[in-house]
Amino acid sequence: MSVETTAVEGIEPGGVYLPRPPLSEEEVRAAVQSAITRRGGAAADPVEMREALIPILSEVNQTLGYLPPEAFVEVGRQLRMPVSQLFSVASFYQMLSTKPRGRHIIQFCESAPCHVVGGRQVWTALQEALKLGPGETSSDGKWTLQTTSCIGICAVGPVLVVDADIYGNVTPAQVTEILAKYQ
Amino acid sequence: MKYFRSHVLVCVDPECLSKGAHDVLDALNDELVAQGLIDEIQVLETSRIGGCTVGPELMVYPEGVHYVGVSVDDVPYLVEEHFLKGRVVKKFLAPPKTNTDEELGAPTSKEVRVVLRNCGKIDPENIDDYIAEDGYAALEKVLGGMTPEQVIEEILASGLRGRGGAGFPTGRKWQFARASRATPKYMICNADEGDPGAFMNRRVLEGDPHAVLEGMIIGGYAVGASRGYIYCRAEYPVAVRTLRIAIDQARAYGLLGENILGSGFSFDIEVRVGAGAFVCGEETALMASIEGKRGEPRPRPPFPAVSGLWGKPSNINNVETYANVPQIILKGAQWFASMGTEKSKGTKTFALAGDVNRTGLIEVPLGINLREVIYDVAQGIKDGKKLKAVQIGGPMGGCLPEAYIDRPIDYESLAEAGTIMGSGGFVVMDEDTCMVDIARFFMEFTQDESCGKCTPCRVGTRRMLEILQRICAGEGRHGDIEMLEDLCKWIKITSLCGLGQGAPNPVESTLKHFRHEYEAHIYEKRCPAKVCKGLIRYEIVDACTGCTVCARNCPVNAITGQRRQKHVIDPNVCIRCGICEQVCNFNAIVIR
Repeated sequence: MSVETTAVEGIEPGGVYLPRPPLSEEEVRAAVQSAITRRGGAAADPVEMREALIPILSEVNQTLGYLPPEAFVEVGRQLRMPVSQLFSVASFYQMLSTKPRGRHIIQFCESAPCHVVGGRQVWTALQEALKLGPGETSSDGKWTLQTTSCIGICAVGPVLVVDADIYGNVTPAQVTEILAKYQ
Repeated sequence: MKYFRSHVLVCVDPECLSKGAHDVLDALNDELVAQGLIDEIQVLETSRIGGCTVGPELMVYPEGVHYVGVSVDDVPYLVEEHFLKGRVVKKFLAPPKTNTDEELGAPTSKEVRVVLRNCGKIDPENIDDYIAEDGYAALEKVLGGMTPEQVIEEILASGLRGRGGAGFPTGRKWQFARASRATPKYMICNADEGDPGAFMNRRVLEGDPHAVLEGMIIGGYAVGASRGYIYCRAEYPVAVRTLRIAIDQARAYGLLGENILGSGFSFDIEVRVGAGAFVCGEETALMASIEGKRGEPRPRPPFPAVSGLWGKPSNINNVETYANVPQIILKGAQWFASMGTEKSKGTKTFALAGDVNRTGLIEVPLGINLREVIYDVAQGIKDGKKLKAVQIGGPMGGCLPEAYIDRPIDYESLAEAGTIMGSGGFVVMDEDTCMVDIARFFMEFTQDESCGKCTPCRVGTRRMLEILQRICAGEGRHGDIEMLEDLCKWIKITSLCGLGQGAPNPVESTLKHFRHEYEAHIYEKRCPAKVCKGLIRYEIVDACTGCTVCARNCPVNAITGQRRQKHVIDPNVCIRCGICEQVCNFNAIVIR
């Protein structure tokens, strides 16, 4: 079974070299196993297994930070699904990443309501502070900068999400202060 | 019965407990005994009173005094002052509640809250709060003596139509699903609210989750479904959590699961979380996503009522549609039908955004006109400016000019005007807005979110976006308008799902109502609203005092000049970021 090779290359689209996070085979297998067990184990019914696929991939993605090729192979083996099928699903959804990401994921809301209340300036300040463009990961593997679709808290825009922490009414001046909270 | 002159309710919510509420409770009892008041004042435990943020909270009745942040050491003083001397201790008084809900506020006179009635009023994580507001009474009424046909009849009579935007009569949808013979049947709730700036459904899911569950259970009974799915987007983690808590509580009370309320009807609900794809709000794409596939739409027919989730009959409605159901059953179809217009009954929630004085969530009866919403509910245009356009219905909606301001908001009237009800986006734009730029903005969104399955949407929206970008950059050509019109027509007719079919709406409506702006961009190389960067120039006028603020703030050093002398902007270097205009204290920088 051949595996997508594009995902392991250490070069991000922005041209930033990214050392591949040292994920051991055991780590990957444990993450996959735990996600499958949480969904009730590999079921006999292929429909049931297919239904559990996106929740399983989401959890592995969350545990490992992204979906390495080894994870696809392992999920495919356990759920008896071809890797091509898994990759087709993973590449469709914005929240499933087939590329390594930083330890902290910064998501910036780029929707109109945030845009018009000063979001553009915050976005510029963020890119300058991190020296990253959208979708890029810093060379030390600390940050990944992304845009997100509207998260529906438009009353407190501009909105910024770091990992699971939500920041509202963000000003450009607050950007460095917020980033400093993360190791 | 024993008589007490006063009752003290102590909040024993987990958050207050963690801040020492139990010790306060004990201390209170001890102190009342010590002061000889224990026969006059009763101490009770209660659930959440306020925000539980400051520390242990208590409520004293009959006065209705709300104390927060009371520690064990404060108890003797509080007992002496309040219960012995009858003086309210200001130090611990909870700050007055000006607003029940930051996002909602108090309703204005033109608003009617049906769907949002409990939001900010009840504790969404406590099923008892919902039950105290007549929650699950409609379910009891249905299971206690209505046939599925009677339920559908009632929903039909109410005139309730799909609140996801398309406006299909809910009762008819239920009839179709009921008529399908195959089993099992599924009840699906579309909580994949992806329109930018629209958060009506999030508010209901987070503020009144049981109303949605109750609506789904009633619907499940009506169509004969045994299982329900709520597909909620991953961008709403709080909504997902609140829903899961609500489902667990409903199960514990026997309102979900086997043999609900002893009626023999069994139904259960599961929450499914999306993974970031706007198109999954389309019903067939949503079902594909639940099945674990790429969330791509498929052609209809077959409609979900015949062949939906896993090829089984499925009924799919929006969050707001389901939230209306319990109240229709409880208060009757006549009550619901008394609100709205001839064909559009009930209320609709909208997320107000843009250049109005009051933005946020509103709920108004259908049939209200745009003027009432903009000038009464939203309190008019910001800074006294002039209204230019209203964009209704999200990224697939159209822009209506000021001339339509007296048009009633109902499904037919909006469609006739060239827009859609949509899920409830309502963006008000003032005279400083460039309509070509707005069209480009929405096209950027739909093009980005196109799933790529069908060619008209994948390629067509890309071509439209390229033309719009060109026009905004000042490189519009003869024939661009005609080409856009042609593309609009064909993308609408030939796209597979609502995303592609609706994508041209912002362009088509602005071409119809604001054609002169397109013409000014293309033929006169001029942006009338002075927004499009490729068509504007910043200039310094004589009001300049030579303070140098602009020059120091310019990111590209395009501004030169001597101190105390008029400065100059080099248009070849200037990137039109507008920072100089913002920092100038003398209004000396103008856009040409």
